Amino acid sequence: MPQTLFEKVWNSHKVTEIDGRTLIYIDRHLVHEVTSPQAFDGLRLNKRKVRRPDLTFATMDHNVPTNNRSLPIVDQISAIQIKTLETNCKEFGIELFDLHSPYQGIVHVIGPELGITLPGTTIVCGDSHTSTHGAFGAFALGIGTSDVEHVLATQCLVMDKPKTFEIRVDGKRKHRHAITAKDIILSIIKRIGTAGGTGTVIEYRGEAISDLSMDERMTICNMSIEAGARAGLIAPDAKTFDYLKGRKYTPKNYDELVDFWKTDMVTDNGAKFDKVFTINASDIVPQVSWGTNPAMTSDVTDTVPHPSEYANGNKSEEDAAKKALEYMDLKPGTQITDIKIDRVFIGSCTNARLQDLIEAADVIHGRKASPNVRVMVVPGSQQVKKQAEEIGLDKIFQDANFEWRESGCSMCLGMNPDILSRGERCASTSNRNFEGRQGTGGRTHLVSPVMAAAAAIAGHFVDVREWL
Amino acid sequence: MDKFSKVLSIAIPLDRANVDTDQIVPKQFLKLVQRTGFGKFLFYDWKFDQGGQQKPDFVLNNPKYSDSHILVTGENFGCGSSREHAVWALKDYGLDVIIAPSFADIFYNNCFKNGILPIRIPRNVIDELIHTMSKIEVDLEHQTVKYDSKIILFAIDEGRKKTLLEGLDDIAVTLQYQDEITLYEKSHAL
Repeated sequence: MPQTLFEKVWNSHKVTEIDGRTLIYIDRHLVHEVTSPQAFDGLRLNKRKVRRPDLTFATMDHNVPTNNRSLPIVDQISAIQIKTLETNCKEFGIELFDLHSPYQGIVHVIGPELGITLPGTTIVCGDSHTSTHGAFGAFALGIGTSDVEHVLATQCLVMDKPKTFEIRVDGKRKHRHAITAKDIILSIIKRIGTAGGTGTVIEYRGEAISDLSMDERMTICNMSIEAGARAGLIAPDAKTFDYLKGRKYTPKNYDELVDFWKTDMVTDNGAKFDKVFTINASDIVPQVSWGTNPAMTSDVTDTVPHPSEYANGNKSEEDAAKKALEYMDLKPGTQITDIKIDRVFIGSCTNARLQDLIEAADVIHGRKASPNVRVMVVPGSQQVKKQAEEIGLDKIFQDANFEWRESGCSMCLGMNPDILSRGERCASTSNRNFEGRQGTGGRTHLVSPVMAAAAAIAGHFVDVREWL
Repeated sequence: MDKFSKVLSIAIPLDRANVDTDQIVPKQFLKLVQRTGFGKFLFYDWKFDQGGQQKPDFVLNNPKYSDSHILVTGENFGCGSSREHAVWALKDYGLDVIIAPSFADIFYNNCFKNGILPIRIPRNVIDELIHTMSKIEVDLEHQTVKYDSKIILFAIDEGRKKTLLEGLDDIAVTLQYQDEITLYEKSHAL
């Protein structure tokens, strides 16, 4: 019987059944400082070991400062959390890319760039954006701390099989530089809603998906969780295999594996998905979110919608939109391009890879950030930072008065000192515009790196198609 | 984990859709390295104003609900971040049951690891539960919610039900399958 890519990965990782649920083997486990301390404590309490430290990799990203790395961490509680991860990795024999490692970075940026992420594998991490790794054809999902402990102890997870969801993005983008992967995924979430993918694993397919680079595919899969999906994946192809060749942890028998992946890690012709959604890439324009969840998003050419128009008869959505506009201090009917901003954040596991930074820098053209706007550029990893500096991006950003910082999650979730003040409005390349996400009372608009860079210069949103 | 028993309590009505885990526990409280003590941070930015004073119009600040063990809420509860701190906060606050039309997947799963029962119930019933003044009885064994002399049945996966009713340590359960895991590893090295 023809199978989808996800079903193949699922079936090849079944260990056994327990009480009607499936025990799934986990090939790679990524660990960070915020969601792991309680899991390691649990192991100690029950005198358990880490079953496969060799398949477990750790880094610190969520609350690390992004200023000078040679300075001590001012926030004592963050410092304890970081120290705790060091101690735990040492005690349990886990490889750690710490603050001074050349491989430190956001866990979802370093997994692929180190070749830890591989097609056809199962990958977990105590972080919802683990879906990012699906860009390589892996089944990659975010888990809670109890499951982190479960995987540490058993290298397995007890799961119910998710449903399959095909999202087709047909055709081509009308403007390759101004309309990005971020605009594709925001357009999808806007249409299917923040719970549109609940209980499913999405497979992104179609011409516009095949056309994307690996960096762009990661942006798409990254935000699968914002549509509520368990995971999102894309079948591996020549771009995937080229990307992973010769990386630090790429297996020695790589060519052999590629031969297998090429033929096997695809959805069979005639395989049925439980759910299907189709969108045409030529209909997509740059996106800007106006509300407090990622589905509350409009075309840059539009106005802020009226709650009733947005909700289309759904009472609780209408209430949510009203509350969102109040929180965001926006009036229905306001042109998106009339919204002024105070801050710009270019970073996060969604948009802090090399291509994101190159594209953002391309928008600048010798101009400077608006004097009213503070701009932070936070590369996704130390390797991304180094590569960017090798091609002079740091200079381009700094000449434009954009701050060039050290790698980490930074202002995507504001666990470190990089936060918005109450009432500040930010154009952000991150993934969540929830209330208070970037700082209590802060207001987040989700955009692509090129839209963020253009807004930084103009001081308000602009249709970046007119600039590129 | 303690065994889950019947719950009888009035319900806290929080009629909002898409309540995300950033609201349930804001990020500034994720830096603790223990599992305990998160209850005081539950819905922090909705409960307190800039000066740290309670906002009187927020439902959790209504003393009427201070002993409640049940939360009734809107669609897609617990969406966003995988932070289990959200569930620890709800449990530590004293909540044992969350009733909603739908839940986000990771949050739903995290509940069972911490002795919280998440119940999916259709929207029209939620509307009644939000407005009822009487106590609600939740019986996991018989999979019923009783209120205002009505009885509603709810669905739950047998494996998860057993975990809650027996208070099982699911790592201990999986460790009984060590031989199967070892066998799998021998044939699937990657």
